[in-house]
Amino acid sequence: MTSVALVDYGAGNLLSIGRALEVLGARVRVVRGGDELGTPDLVVVPGVGAQGPAMRRLRRSHLVNAIEAVVGSGAWYFGICLGMQLLFEASEEDGSRGLGWIAGETRRVPSAPTLPHVGWNEVETTAPHPMLAGLAARVPMYFVHSYAPVPRDRSVVIAETSHGGRFASAVAQDRLLGVQFHPEKSGSDGLRVLDNVLRLVAP
Amino acid sequence: MLLRRVIPCLDVRSGRVVKGTRFVSLVDAGDPAELSERYAAAGADEIVFLDITAAVEERRTLLDAVERTARRAFVPLTVGGGVRSTADMRAVLRAGADRVAVNSAAVADPSLIDRCARRFGRQCVVVSIDARRMRDRDGEASSPTWEVVVRGGRDGTGRDVVAWAVEAAGRGAGEILLTSIDRDGTRAGYDLDLLRAVSSSVGVPVVASGGAGRPADLVAAIVEGGADAVLAASIFHRDLHGILAVKLAMAAAGVPVRLAGAA
Repeated sequence: MTSVALVDYGAGNLLSIGRALEVLGARVRVVRGGDELGTPDLVVVPGVGAQGPAMRRLRRSHLVNAIEAVVGSGAWYFGICLGMQLLFEASEEDGSRGLGWIAGETRRVPSAPTLPHVGWNEVETTAPHPMLAGLAARVPMYFVHSYAPVPRDRSVVIAETSHGGRFASAVAQDRLLGVQFHPEKSGSDGLRVLDNVLRLVAP
Repeated sequence: MLLRRVIPCLDVRSGRVVKGTRFVSLVDAGDPAELSERYAAAGADEIVFLDITAAVEERRTLLDAVERTARRAFVPLTVGGGVRSTADMRAVLRAGADRVAVNSAAVADPSLIDRCARRFGRQCVVVSIDARRMRDRDGEASSPTWEVVVRGGRDGTGRDVVAWAVEAAGRGAGEILLTSIDRDGTRAGYDLDLLRAVSSSVGVPVVASGGAGRPADLVAAIVEGGADAVLAASIFHRDLHGILAVKLAMAAAGVPVRLAGAA
């Protein structure tokens, strides 16, 4: 059974994502401090909101070093929305630093007709990846955000979405995975993404 | 491009879904979590929960129902009914709602919208407006107007619906849920004049509510009324038309919808 550490740092409700991972067979522990992290197979970092306060809360809870340590020793990281943006070096929103594990920064969605970008929009696979296995090449997912990552190395982008301009809606670099949409709110296709992540990670 | 949404609405009283005309001759229609899960599996893009008791002493019952639903329906959940403060809103969000609809309390104190939007972000704040069409004066060919009503249409407020929708959006509403009280429960089609009047005046999404009778009505709300989403209750609860049938009709009319997951 895949063990998942679900990181709770006060950036949104974890009920749906926790329950979705359990429904898919994972053993989920909600983790609020670095000393609670243990040795999970997968660290899931959800969250909505601004990067600066989120990073401050993660540091204060000693989660940054702890997550870095478990990912360094073989665990996978799956970031959702803000949790994906944190993987990058910096955010244009408040100039704050992220984890910096993937090169690039988070910027406001370009040329967007409306922000925040809220609702169902199509995720278009740009590079095949097991995380998106079994999904249509263009599949609707549910979004709630104004910012999105702009990776320096485009090869980490595995899916894009258009809302005015195009932005990266899924990224993968080794054991670091991230999606800008909310798989836990995206019906059966969203659950498929979560199931794919659990399969990738399975010990 | 954002896809147009089809939203089943659950009227919830004492933790159970009821059907009938919204406030009278109510019949039990099941458990909200179970129904939500079924609708989500059938392709619902969102679930709207309206607590029609909204009595203070029953708050815990509602929050329990919201939480049970959020555990089973993996689509966005909007909850309305009886939200009077940012503390009420916080409780509903903590129970697992993604968005919260405010209605009467916002009419009584419009600053509630500003406070909720500042605290939780405008994407969380839906302003629900119940509209009653004003009778045209005899012989006068004026364009129609609508009055904001509260308490399920029992009380008029003297406010103009379009002006209120514009004010609500300006104060931080991320979306307007617009119900025609005249059409509600009639299955005679949405009030397209009302939808056009509001959707052309505000820059935020408008959800059409009140009057859905057949798939063509939901298509018209979007194509002719300019709605971003369509909400319906009885046609889904009574199984008169399925969510997939509605979406196929929308797709056939060129409306972008989510068909994946609706198998």
